[in-house]
Amino acid sequence: MTLPSTSGPARTTAGEAPLLSLRGVNKSFGAVQVLTGVDFDARAGEVTALVGDNGAGKSTLIKGIAGIYGFDSGDYLFEGKPVSVHHPKQANALGIEVVYQDLALCDNLDIVHNLFLGREITKGGRLDEAAMERRATETLAGLSVRTVKSIRQQVASLSGGQRQTVAIARSVIWNSKLVVLDEPTAALGVAQTEQVLKLVRRLADNGLAVVLISHNLNDVFQVADSISVLYLGQMATQVAVKDVDRGQVVELITTGRGAGVGLDAAPGTATPSTPLTSTEAS
Amino acid sequence: MTSTVAPPPPAPASAPSQSPSLSETFRDYVDRVRGGDVGSLPAVLGLLVLTAVFSLLRPEAFTNAFNFSNLIHQSAAVIVIAMGLVFVLLLGEIDLSAGYTGGTSAAVMGIVVTNRGLPWWLALLAALVTGAFIGFCIGTLVSRLGIPSFVVTLAAFLGLQGVMLKLIGEGGTIAIRDDVLLAVNNDDLPIWMGWLLFVLVVGGYAAHSLRRAQGRRADGLQSEAMAVVVAKVLLLAVLLGAATAYLSTERSRNPAVTSLKGVPIVVVVLIALLLGLTFLLTRTAFGRHVYAVGGNAEAARRAGINVARIRLSCFIMCSTMAAVGGLMLASRDNSISPTTGGAETLLYAVGAAVIGGTSLFGGKGRIVDAILGGLVIGVIINGMRLLNQPSSVVYMVTGAVLLVAASVDAISRRRAMATGRV
Repeated sequence: MTLPSTSGPARTTAGEAPLLSLRGVNKSFGAVQVLTGVDFDARAGEVTALVGDNGAGKSTLIKGIAGIYGFDSGDYLFEGKPVSVHHPKQANALGIEVVYQDLALCDNLDIVHNLFLGREITKGGRLDEAAMERRATETLAGLSVRTVKSIRQQVASLSGGQRQTVAIARSVIWNSKLVVLDEPTAALGVAQTEQVLKLVRRLADNGLAVVLISHNLNDVFQVADSISVLYLGQMATQVAVKDVDRGQVVELITTGRGAGVGLDAAPGTATPSTPLTSTEAS
Repeated sequence: MTSTVAPPPPAPASAPSQSPSLSETFRDYVDRVRGGDVGSLPAVLGLLVLTAVFSLLRPEAFTNAFNFSNLIHQSAAVIVIAMGLVFVLLLGEIDLSAGYTGGTSAAVMGIVVTNRGLPWWLALLAALVTGAFIGFCIGTLVSRLGIPSFVVTLAAFLGLQGVMLKLIGEGGTIAIRDDVLLAVNNDDLPIWMGWLLFVLVVGGYAAHSLRRAQGRRADGLQSEAMAVVVAKVLLLAVLLGAATAYLSTERSRNPAVTSLKGVPIVVVVLIALLLGLTFLLTRTAFGRHVYAVGGNAEAARRAGINVARIRLSCFIMCSTMAAVGGLMLASRDNSISPTTGGAETLLYAVGAAVIGGTSLFGGKGRIVDAILGGLVIGVIINGMRLLNQPSSVVYMVTGAVLLVAASVDAISRRRAMATGRV
């Protein structure tokens, strides 16, 4: 089952095995069970939106994916193989990058410096500025970023959207495979939101798996290919965007059910054209 | 203007292309200053104004080659300590104990070379190790235990004063008689070596700038226009040439007895430190990480930078440089006394760094700031003494200058935030 190929060949990868699969993941902090048997898939070339109300467990889920802490139990499959991710460096080594809400950029450094922060290219102990600048230019060009005047300007002088762009560019400069974006448009105006969403779409079209966390359903419906709804630590559903409408998603977020695909829906009742709901059956 | 024959606009984002012209570069600079990125401008202006004022008030005493070389010797210690302070100021930290660290290290040096009679290089090494050890202790307390650097170094400020007294003995002094150590901040280079130094510095700077510009152009990256490079090299050549020529004149009051001419040896030390430390801060990953930690420690941590290790290294750097500063003081005074590195030394050094353009808020500063600011401080002290002002006035004026510098820092920072230039 493939999604309709509305925007180029990248989306046809949807039929393949997911890049990242979580199966029956649990996480608790002391007595508080935050995630209960969560299944989650992210596919290369797709934007997977992760939505849910405050406290639903979105942050816990992505921190587990990023290796900030390990899951208590459950399977973590990357490229079909079970892997162990208990440290951010292990996640980075797999090609997983997370862009957090507070962007973690250094205002006093320029764009190139920020893109390579902590992973500078050196030659004989010296910073290889030319190589870094070339690669930064290539990366930004590859993302069709045309909004920054000079890549040697300080990050402090950038607008919110541009800063978000830099943060996202930093996550892909090392040829990562999966990028998790935590509320990338939360603090942006209309035009800048548009820019960033286009960038998010482009990441997926370039073949990356993108996980987009957002409270804004407009954003989700604009760029996402599938939506995962967390409700009180359980995965209410993971459906293709075209199979649900906004009202159903709101209902899923607030009550955990709706559209025949919620938590209480019997296995198999989900819309058959939804490629991802098969995971619900387990 | 040699460059820009305005080729068609290049493909966006892919090729930043041709270099800006001289006038564009100048306009850019004016924009930067207006936007709050004043850099070393206040120090340079201050230096010009102060020199002009003292030259007018004391034409014969202030404006002569003897006083010029004297000024360099007097400022050397403050400049070197300020260079070290730049590292901790870049992190947004402070080291109040740098002055006494210098004094303590100098005392160790004095004990080794004078009391024990060991060779000068061993004494110097002992001083540097002492400085590094003090920095290690301070840095560990700050970076591992998280005690504010203000408190740790205030404690060290008091403690080291005691250590110095213990080493030197109450009221005593340790004389320095070693020729090499005395030469560092007293003697001059032969005339020809002064000019050789001039040629090396200007030639080296020119070669470096040209190679850099050419390399970047070959890589298709934006580079400085040839006109800008040439203008900078010429300016440097004129300034240093004039200084070298001035210092090469006979400045002894009684040339028959002793001849005093040539570029002070301490200038070589200052230039070497300037180049070495600037390289460290701007061309290595370590330096980049120092700026990153000063700009946003959390961002640096998330980028995988070992923030605690960077903090520790900066404090070690600062205290080691303070030890070099202590050497300058001891060499100048021919001895070490309990006041070596004490009193206002530290405040002058902090003032030098801040006047030069290093921010007290962290993340912004350069090694050359220490030299420019140190010269401003040096000119004030030197000029006020020539005006026969009592210490009371000197202190008040210096305090006022430090306040002005800190205000410029704070105001330019506010402006920079408003225009997004931090």
